[in-house]
Amino acid sequence: MTSKAVDLLEQWLGHRLKDDHSSWLQSQLKKVLTSNSDRELHITLGLIPRKLGREDLNLTHSELTEANNAISGWNPGDWSIDCAARIAVLCRLSEHDKEGFGDTITDLCRNADLAESIALYSGVALFPDSEQLDQQVAEGLRTNMRAVFEAIAHNNPYPANHFDENRWNHMVLKALFIDSTLAPIYGIDQRSNKELAIILCDYAHERRAAGRPVTAELWRCVGPHATNAMIDDLQLTAGSTIATEHQAGVLALSQCKDPLVQQRAHELTASYPETMAEIVNGTITWDVIYQRQQHQSGN
Amino acid sequence: MMFIDPHAHMISRTTDDYEAMAAAGVVAVIEPSFWVGQPRTHVGTYIDYLSAIIGFERFRAGQFGIRHYCTVGLNSKEANNAELAEAVMEILPRFALKEGVVAIGEIGYDEQTELEDKYFRLQLELAKELDLPVMIHTPHRDKKRGTSRSMDVCEEHGMDPSKIIVDHNNEETVREVLDRGYWAAFSIYPSTKMGNSRMVDILTEYGAERIMVDSACDWGISEPLGVAKTARLALERGIPEEQVRLVCYQNALSAYGQSGQMSEDHWLNPAAIDQRTVYEGNSILRGGREPLVEDAAVKRNANNLIIE
Ligand SMILES: [Zn+2]
Repeated sequence: MTSKAVDLLEQWLGHRLKDDHSSWLQSQLKKVLTSNSDRELHITLGLIPRKLGREDLNLTHSELTEANNAISGWNPGDWSIDCAARIAVLCRLSEHDKEGFGDTITDLCRNADLAESIALYSGVALFPDSEQLDQQVAEGLRTNMRAVFEAIAHNNPYPANHFDENRWNHMVLKALFIDSTLAPIYGIDQRSNKELAIILCDYAHERRAAGRPVTAELWRCVGPHATNAMIDDLQLTAGSTIATEHQAGVLALSQCKDPLVQQRAHELTASYPETMAEIVNGTITWDVIYQRQQHQSGN
Repeated sequence: MMFIDPHAHMISRTTDDYEAMAAAGVVAVIEPSFWVGQPRTHVGTYIDYLSAIIGFERFRAGQFGIRHYCTVGLNSKEANNAELAEAVMEILPRFALKEGVVAIGEIGYDEQTELEDKYFRLQLELAKELDLPVMIHTPHRDKKRGTSRSMDVCEEHGMDPSKIIVDHNNEETVREVLDRGYWAAFSIYPSTKMGNSRMVDILTEYGAERIMVDSACDWGISEPLGVAKTARLALERGIPEEQVRLVCYQNALSAYGQSGQMSEDHWLNPAAIDQRTVYEGNSILRGGREPLVEDAAVKRNANNLIIE
């Protein structure tokens, strides 16, 4: 955690809240920090949406840049006012009581309503590291609620910075499994690995055997680690009549790194010169494919 | 027509029920904390139950375009386990301020024991302190006297009747409840509580002021379409549409809306953050195809063999 991040949160809130709301938040924070029970904390977190509302924070472009400069990968573009205020209070509390904070988080998550769960998990990258926090994030990933899962997985640098390979891979697989998306996962390309490529190809086979569609995004984590057998999958994908699938297949083929398969991958991409041209000039990227898929599904 | 079911234990119901309710026009439900059929013996199971109704159940309802609210409280049966009751009273304040908690409830009497009385009173004080409405469960046995007593106790504690919903009324209790200024709720629950034909008779006699209907559907043989079916029957029998709207929608909203946690905007104009996360909206309100109430029945037909 950096205190820069919480300074920013407070600054953004200060610009958006009415004066009396700002001073209410300040005085609640004082109570939380001076109280010797957790009662004030629970009351404050409970009252925040009631007092401050649930509007979007709507950060400006330069504010989002500041966020990313403070903590690489921190992207609060989807945060609401109440979420930001809750995280700010918790960050200040964590500076005040570093030792006890891990237990506080466990306790809060156990009793959290839906919006609180989303807020708590969105903020984990700003909290001090602890064993309890790590356990709690792992627990959060087991949720059946997509919004809670995405609070951890999307636009949040915590997983890329803290998860071991097994937890990372299962998060990516689960994202696909629950019809979530990969592009908003911070570090998705940097953390891709051989094992994940195997898991994802198996999953793709399972989907195809069941006659279910395979999201084009899946191949993003396969290309750089593709083995000869995986090239078969990419070839099939590149031959798809669905535009985003075709583009994903060719893009993944163009990213193959293994010298043993590069020749074959190269020959395959060469049979799609128009798509390759768009890849080379940057009009087809994984983010573009993601956006086109979002657009198709009406999101 | 939009409906609110202000008493539905959705945690005990299936997705078929949510589908059928959404298709019939239910836009919001209120899930009171209740007895789950098997007594809880640890405060931990109580905590997890309350967490489930403020969390996962809310999410589940949202998937069907239904807004989910709840009430928290120690029910009268479990009030008789003093050790459990004490522990639950400790943790209740923590849950009472959660998002979507619209009342303390359902609380009141079952066998009208001393312990039931004690915890009923303590919870009335909690509701007063937090300025929350109260949902009262009136007893199944010795109902008439139990109902009067519930209101006596509320008044002893200086509660405002306009913030109290007395539930599970019948022909014998309704007049006194209305005369004393409380909201009177009726549970359209086959065999043991109200039938909807009797309900329409009550509407004919008493009008719609401060009356609401609910399904009280739970793990027993009950009817999640209780509100929607009562509305249709009432309209067929000539109850004016505006009265049906009051009884099957507006009165529940007015009564529980006093919590500040329930507003028409939540389903007509949901917050951007909710639309992104837990509530995309109601497909009927969004102008989508009006699904058939029969969908669930078709799916449950054992001759319909294909599962995809
Ligand atoms: Zn009930």
